[in-house]
Amino acid sequence: MNWLKPSWQTGLAILLVVAAVALGAMTTAETDALANPTTTIAYPYPGTKSLMFGLVALAAIISTLRLPALIEALVLFVGAHLAAWLLIHGIGGFEGTAKAPYFIILAAAWLLAWRCVAVLSSMRPASLWAARALRVLVPTIFGAWILILWEAITRGAGIPFILLPPPSAIGARLVNSLPVLAADVNQTIFKAVIVGYVLGCAAGFIVAVLADRFLFLRRGLMPIGNMVSALPIIGVAPIMVMWFGFDWQSKAAVVIIMTFFPMLVNTVAGLAASGHMERDLMRTYASNYWQTLWKLRLPAAAPFIFNALKINSTLALIGAIVAEFFGTPVVGMGFRISTEVGRMNIDMVWAEIAVAAFAGSVFYGVIALCERAATFWHPSVRGG
Amino acid sequence: MTTASPAVVAASKLGLTFQTNDGPVQALADVDLTIGKGEFVSFIGPSGCGKTTLLRVIADLEKPTSGTIAVNGMTPEQAREARAYGYVFQAAALFPWRTIDANVALPLEIMGLPKAEQKERIRRTLELVNLAGFEKKYPWQLSGGMQQRASIARALAFDADLLLMDEPFGALDEIVRDHLNEQLLELWARTNKTICFVTHSIPEAVYLSTRIVVMSPRPGRVTDVIESTLPKERPLDIRETPEFLAIAARVRDGLRAGHSYED
Repeated sequence: MNWLKPSWQTGLAILLVVAAVALGAMTTAETDALANPTTTIAYPYPGTKSLMFGLVALAAIISTLRLPALIEALVLFVGAHLAAWLLIHGIGGFEGTAKAPYFIILAAAWLLAWRCVAVLSSMRPASLWAARALRVLVPTIFGAWILILWEAITRGAGIPFILLPPPSAIGARLVNSLPVLAADVNQTIFKAVIVGYVLGCAAGFIVAVLADRFLFLRRGLMPIGNMVSALPIIGVAPIMVMWFGFDWQSKAAVVIIMTFFPMLVNTVAGLAASGHMERDLMRTYASNYWQTLWKLRLPAAAPFIFNALKINSTLALIGAIVAEFFGTPVVGMGFRISTEVGRMNIDMVWAEIAVAAFAGSVFYGVIALCERAATFWHPSVRGG
Repeated sequence: MTTASPAVVAASKLGLTFQTNDGPVQALADVDLTIGKGEFVSFIGPSGCGKTTLLRVIADLEKPTSGTIAVNGMTPEQAREARAYGYVFQAAALFPWRTIDANVALPLEIMGLPKAEQKERIRRTLELVNLAGFEKKYPWQLSGGMQQRASIARALAFDADLLLMDEPFGALDEIVRDHLNEQLLELWARTNKTICFVTHSIPEAVYLSTRIVVMSPRPGRVTDVIESTLPKERPLDIRETPEFLAIAARVRDGLRAGHSYED
């Protein structure tokens, strides 16, 4: 049995194909068509059913052979995705009619993709570029299958659009509403989030240094700061709208309040992070407060400060979007979400969520890159 | 006993009591000590005998609670402000975000030396500790011995006349330690600095010092001061001579006398 390399995913996939064949009709439409052979009732997969079954079964069987990892992954990739594409394509026009074999074949294709990712993850490519490509490919297939399952299940089971639209509808909506989304991003992210984030983080940092410098501020402000940070900051959003008006300034104010305390608390902790020996060393040089701060304590605090910057990047986005629920000009991501929910345009809400997730990831990623560059010396970055 | 030149360190009736949660702890009691210019003085004793505390008092990192101490004729605080000494800690304490040359530049930057002079001094001191060619390395890319040598270079860079060293080679293996001891003597001969050296190794103390201060714990006090009769020129194999062994035996006796293991 040297030429065989079975895995539980492919074995189970073959069993599932057999089960799907045994259960017969894929959809209620097909059941109707089979029950009335004299009338012509249209049903999905008139010709592609056996093709799908065959694809899954064949890919599963081939991958059981002892093949080079790359070829095995390729066979699994093609089999899983072609079958999934045929399945989703064929259900068009027959949403909500799927029966058990539809979901069984979906599960079988998913198992093949699972096996494919497992094979790819265990590969140890020699070249740097191949390793890099692999690092992107594995999470991409993973993410793609979340969308594929979402699409196939919402359409096959006919889940009401208002509850959960399929990703294809969200994607179409996103592409068709690019100008609106761009205006919203401009209003919410490039005005409220960026301004609020920069001012909030800068204020938190400066107050942290002052609190470190002046004992009365540290003793007096820090306990109050901890109390204020426990307040539901979003609750102040309507007040900020009253103070600063409907436009982005009030949202920036909410973001400032949200980002201020994480920065303050982290920077104060970071300024205490330098070692006793290092501080004694600076003392032997008769280094003054600002020299010690600049040359020792701030570099030592950098990992803490970047931590706050990362936490704040997500907080800022949440703060700005939620603050727009309380009054805004007719543009902005939070405004769009709250109004489109009211108009039952759930696909638009999801499109905004997708854009916000993407923007948030980019924001976070940029800060993480800066962190790697600035704290290259820290054991957590240099690895050892 | 002191040389004709003014004392670099002069302590009399020096005492220091720490207030801890378990009540007061007497770290130093009645320490009388004078260190002249150009001397190499070792402080030796078991842990808890106050040898590091004494060094930290000289460096103004701790304040004495009784007695008087003068460094270069000034209070320790004034001496620290005047950057009268370089201090080498038990660990290298190099800043990981600075390269070796930038670490050596640290005191020079704080003292506001012009860039060109900084460069010249970095080159000279790194050469002195045999680290030329490692300027652009980060501390975590070097071995422990090299890191400690870089920290000595940092203490030498601003050319203070007094060097305070707190078990600088304690964490290193014996081969590296021998090598660094040899280099340290060479450096001391060349620069004519005054060195106060804390150690718990008898051979190290005898090999390096012109004078050995033996200390004992509870409370930390000086039990013996031994003048070394060894010549200034000391190859490593001097450690097998009867003269060396006689001094080492006296240090050992001093440690045993002041010690309280028997209690």
